[in-house]
Amino acid sequence: MDMADVTRTIKRADLLQMYYYLRLTRALEDRITALYRQGRIVGGVYTSHGMEAIAVGYASALQRDDVIAPFHRDMGAFLIRGFTPGEVLAHYLGKRTGPSKGKDGNVHMGDLKRGMIGFVSHLADNLPVATGVALAFKIRGERRVAFTGTGDGGTSRGDFHEAMNFAAVRTLPVVFFCNNNQYAYSTPQRLQMAIHDVADRAKAYGMPAEIVDGNDVAAVHMASTRAIERARAGEGPTFLEFKTMRMHGHSEHDPAKYVPRELLEEWKKKDPILKAEQLLQQLGYGDDAYFDEVGERVKKEVEAGLEFAEQSPLPAGPEVLEGVFATEDEVAS
Amino acid sequence: MTTTTAQSEVTYLEAISQALDEEMARDERVFLMGEDIGTYGGAFKITEGLMAKYGEWRVLDTPLAESGFVGAAIGAAMMGLRPVVEMQFADFISCAFDQITEVAAKNHYRWGAAVPMVIRAPFGGGVHGGPFHSECPEGWFFHSPGLKIVAPSTPYDAKGLLKAAIRDPNPVLYFEHKFLYRRIKATLPKEDYIVPIGKADVKRVGNDISLITYGAMVHLALEAAELLGQEGIDLEIVDLRTLIPLDKETIYGSVRKTSKAILLHEDNKTGGIGAEIAALLAEDCFDHLDGPVLRIAPPDTPVPFSTPLEEYFLPKVSDIVTAARKLAAY
Repeated sequence: MDMADVTRTIKRADLLQMYYYLRLTRALEDRITALYRQGRIVGGVYTSHGMEAIAVGYASALQRDDVIAPFHRDMGAFLIRGFTPGEVLAHYLGKRTGPSKGKDGNVHMGDLKRGMIGFVSHLADNLPVATGVALAFKIRGERRVAFTGTGDGGTSRGDFHEAMNFAAVRTLPVVFFCNNNQYAYSTPQRLQMAIHDVADRAKAYGMPAEIVDGNDVAAVHMASTRAIERARAGEGPTFLEFKTMRMHGHSEHDPAKYVPRELLEEWKKKDPILKAEQLLQQLGYGDDAYFDEVGERVKKEVEAGLEFAEQSPLPAGPEVLEGVFATEDEVAS
Repeated sequence: MTTTTAQSEVTYLEAISQALDEEMARDERVFLMGEDIGTYGGAFKITEGLMAKYGEWRVLDTPLAESGFVGAAIGAAMMGLRPVVEMQFADFISCAFDQITEVAAKNHYRWGAAVPMVIRAPFGGGVHGGPFHSECPEGWFFHSPGLKIVAPSTPYDAKGLLKAAIRDPNPVLYFEHKFLYRRIKATLPKEDYIVPIGKADVKRVGNDISLITYGAMVHLALEAAELLGQEGIDLEIVDLRTLIPLDKETIYGSVRKTSKAILLHEDNKTGGIGAEIAALLAEDCFDHLDGPVLRIAPPDTPVPFSTPLEEYFLPKVSDIVTAARKLAAY
């Protein structure tokens, strides 16, 4: 990482903000994991532990009216878009105050008003959807960008390829990313594809690609900014491969014994929060006392959020019947 | 249908084209997507001339990738546009099954995002299309909460239901029967009209047996009703027009009057729409029934190609006559 590049392209306040969101993501997801282990959260829990720099880096590079169709390890994007820890925890607890009112769980949150498309478990399903979001921007002549991605496993799906191809053919303002965390559930990359770099897939669609250190929030932010600016300028889609490592199991029930311990040890040294702290120290933007202070702050926010979530009401059974169909006043404009 | 300001007769196909043209002129949010719909005007020429009129971004030729472009339509719809997607043949909708059932159908329920879009699907047999160009796949989607499904049988309904579908804030599957495209004509009102989604239509009033059907089978039923009338069996023909939401009021009203019901459809028999309506009648109209609820539908096979095979496969007037005579004896 060239320090001059960082200081030239990212403002100090923005970098500190990214650091805050890295810490908030980690604190929130650690809390969620603890609640899961206590049996207080039911269902699946998929965290971004060790991968927080990706969502924080790209979401902080977007404008407010751009639209994100996130991956299921992109908690940082929700937080940057204004989802509070309380809302998120209410969602995980199946409470009525969560963004799905209890209809869906874990990271399946969405809100068009905040430019967040709800995640679909069928990986890569939202890539064509984000392409359509970008198509709407292009048809209406708006200078807005859609940002979407999937994991290494998701790039095997036809929808990944159909979306990439369509976006490239029509020069749409969309950025695709892959958070290559080396495992799709238990399947290592070598059993997922016969190439080393997922970025190679972009060549087939005539799309430029970049390989980025996914654990370096500044690198993710800068690469995302370049791709977003390119899309906004009408030059079409870019593909970004964020190299990273999934440090927990696929979900929290999974001890991930299929991942070699040495691999995890190696990547632990590249932890995105650690890396961000090293960067901030090198730039003279922060020291240990500051880092501790941020840690205390996010901890308090998460605990306040948990209090809100726990005090929130559960939905009543018959609410299951509500919301199958939309009404005209709910159509976006 | 008649009106004082009548225009010349149009085919079922032209009625669909008119609906698209008029909705695009009325609402700039409406745009079309699909394979070969632009320059070529579509495999059946439904969209002919529309690209020249509205431009290549409102009549958008897509790559050959149904899942990809249905997904894109969902995204555009969530941004407030009104995409109308053309499946070249309804059979190909299976490639987009996941996007329709998992994304379009569930988005509003899960997180409140409206998906106002239409998928037009030319369906049905009788055109020597074989197993991949003759299917009636509506049954697959009939079981998916969050979708609306319509299937018009006349030019009037084709135009009015397509307009209603485009104006609906939900994903609507519009099954247009390609056997009817150029075979039936009608004079349509000049002024704007819609046929509301969720309303069945009694296409023939009768007293003895309710024959409940939709799509091209409505015409088969009307033909059979003429024959049966000659022997004193008076059929009432209920054209469902909308499959979801089902117009139970009209269905029940008819069956409570006649006390007898035949369900006729071109989709194969097992787990079909007829099965669902038969169950509803058993649950809600049991006291009114004077005989068994009968189903007429193709066997559980793919749609075959060769003429004698397809003729055997598809329901025939004689099937209806036989069933009606059997039921009339109760």
